[in-house]
Amino acid sequence: MQWHSMSEFLAMGGYAFYVWGSFGVTFGCMLIEMLLLNSRRQRITQAVKQEAF
Amino acid sequence: MKNIDIKSNMQTSKFNWLQYASPKIFYPLAGKLIPWCLAGAAILIAYGLYLGLFVAPTDFQQGEGYRIIFVHVPAAWFSMFLYLLMALYAGLGIVLNARLSYMMATAIAPTGAMFTLVALVTGSLWGKPMWGAWWVWDARLTSELILLFLYIGYFSLQAAIDDKSRADKASAVLALVGAINVPIIYFSVKWWNTLHQGASVSLMNAPAMAAVMLKGMLVMAIGFWLYSIAVILIRVRCEILERDSKAAMFRQD
Repeated sequence: MQWHSMSEFLAMGGYAFYVWGSFGVTFGCMLIEMLLLNSRRQRITQAVKQEAF
Repeated sequence: MKNIDIKSNMQTSKFNWLQYASPKIFYPLAGKLIPWCLAGAAILIAYGLYLGLFVAPTDFQQGEGYRIIFVHVPAAWFSMFLYLLMALYAGLGIVLNARLSYMMATAIAPTGAMFTLVALVTGSLWGKPMWGAWWVWDARLTSELILLFLYIGYFSLQAAIDDKSRADKASAVLALVGAINVPIIYFSVKWWNTLHQGASVSLMNAPAMAAVMLKGMLVMAIGFWLYSIAVILIRVRCEILERDSKAAMFRQD
């Protein structure tokens, strides 16, 4: 463990904006991709169900 | 030329297993793999974050700022690797005239573009504190930006051509020609004098330090790989449904 306190961890040695920004952008993009894909999947499966009945 | 025309008409035939039955077999198989890949991705990414944020020591030169490496490098690797995979499927599509290959190439592109964008943005966030600039026109950064444009070109070309099979072929050619950019990105730091650092792993000083950093990066990379497989399989299933079911008719209006 590299950190002595929560605030030290959050401060990232003064690079907080850059480090948390990078991690935020990365996982934010992945999350958005999954949400967009999920809505596409729901739209299509609904259309297929409509077609089946 | 006559023969080719007849062959392309045959593509819509339901009795050709490569064209129709193969996606039909592939669809449930992909469905079974998705939850395992998602679970594996979640576990490995969580472990990679733990290694990168808690276990890995402070860098002697860049302080805590270097921790961006744990997302930047895996994202950059997959921006290139997924492009090569997309080009490979596009090439297979042309050689085998297999629709599933084209669908795979189509399904890979958005995830590859997403990782390219992530690599560029996290690189920018790393460049600002270390180099003092958000962006420089250095060979590594410029060739990575071209990669993003290639992905965008690939989508745009597919969207611009109404006939799906023609769109597949045209975009496949673009994907294959653009693949030349990947070795250029990879070797740019060797071929040109770039501001971007070379192979990042060898830059670490003490071997013990390099080991845990490398482990964190590799764990994160495998997590990104499983994530990529999962989203690509979900997307290719959407693609199969859109193209092969009559649902396509609902979507056209």
